Amino acid sequence: MYRAGVNVGNAGVLGAVLKSDSTTILGEWLALQIAESNNKGLIKDAELKTQAESFLAVFNTAVQENPSESLQGPAWDEVRTFLAALSRSRAMQGFSPSETALFVFSMKRPLFAALRAKIGDDSGALADALMLATAMLDKLGLYTFEAFQRGREQVIQRQQQELLDLSTPVVELWDGILALPLIGTLDSERTQTVMESLLEGIVQHEATIAIIDITGVPTVDTLVAQHLLKTVASARLMGAECIISGIRPQIAQTIVHLGVDLGDVITKSSLAEALRIALRKSGLAVMPSVKAQG
Amino acid sequence: MDRIPILKLNSNLLVTIQVELHDQLAITLQDDLTEQLSRTKAKGVLIDISALEIVDSFIGRTLAHIASMAHIMDAATVLVGMRPAVAITLVELGMSLKGVHTALNVDKGMALLARLNADELML
Repeated sequence: MYRAGVNVGNAGVLGAVLKSDSTTILGEWLALQIAESNNKGLIKDAELKTQAESFLAVFNTAVQENPSESLQGPAWDEVRTFLAALSRSRAMQGFSPSETALFVFSMKRPLFAALRAKIGDDSGALADALMLATAMLDKLGLYTFEAFQRGREQVIQRQQQELLDLSTPVVELWDGILALPLIGTLDSERTQTVMESLLEGIVQHEATIAIIDITGVPTVDTLVAQHLLKTVASARLMGAECIISGIRPQIAQTIVHLGVDLGDVITKSSLAEALRIALRKSGLAVMPSVKAQG
Repeated sequence: MDRIPILKLNSNLLVTIQVELHDQLAITLQDDLTEQLSRTKAKGVLIDISALEIVDSFIGRTLAHIASMAHIMDAATVLVGMRPAVAITLVELGMSLKGVHTALNVDKGMALLARLNADELML
């Protein structure tokens, strides 16, 4: 009970300061932020001012409503929502995480100055008020940091998924002939996607021959080779034959040095060679047209 | 007792599995098929598993056994219509059914059987 009483008392001071000296705090805070950001030109002064004003307003409301460092309640939720939106927009504007967190942390100095002016010589009360203000602002600053990080992570996750989807296109080269050009490193998650999309493609296009082109795969180790063999075996179970193309000299050397047995899988050095053999297996031939011959 | 129907089509036997293949049913199919092979002197067997959603190691092995038995009895076996998920599972189980011919659908399977039989006649 004693603790709660102290909190309310301090918040009273804090709340009062926020109410009465908000213009002074805002002015000093803005000057500080502009000085510390070195005028990088990432954000306009007017926009900064709007943001600072809005933050001060929601912060003030929250402090008046629930002046404890637990930061619970609808008003504090509003503060958090505001900060999350702020970090998101700052992340997009190209701010670093610390610069974004500094938005909150830089408010300490003007706020403390205002508190000191208000409380005066009562050092015990001043210490308590400062402690509470610091705890609140630290938590909010850290929250800003986390929100910034979360925004970044979401972007990375979306990009990863897009990369995964983009990197495994199944193209139909001819009736019944599919090509799967692989680009980038093959890890186990990707090979799973590759395998699934190839098999789905075989069903969809009623393909009898699938060409897996590994020109864009930088390295082939035993695991990758094993995954390729598994893909070939699965395709064969579904009644489609696989040709592996794009075996570069280094990869051929690696495969032999590793002692990987590719078995009876057809391998070709280029996609063109693979297409040629695929056409021949389908009983098709490419020949010059009459016009070109004449 | 449940049985998988075995149809004779020209010189081939056609087996379409439309129900969930449990172990006993697979063994019955194996018996019936070898019986029919010796009676009809068929040259090819086409097994359609497009309706099978789950194939475990036992069913996989039985299918491989059926193919081997048919081979000994001078008939080629073509397995058609395997689903992608089933194919991945079988490979992960380490069963790549070597020696079994495969095709995407019944149409292509029949064409493959005709080709295999023609090859045999040429020899």
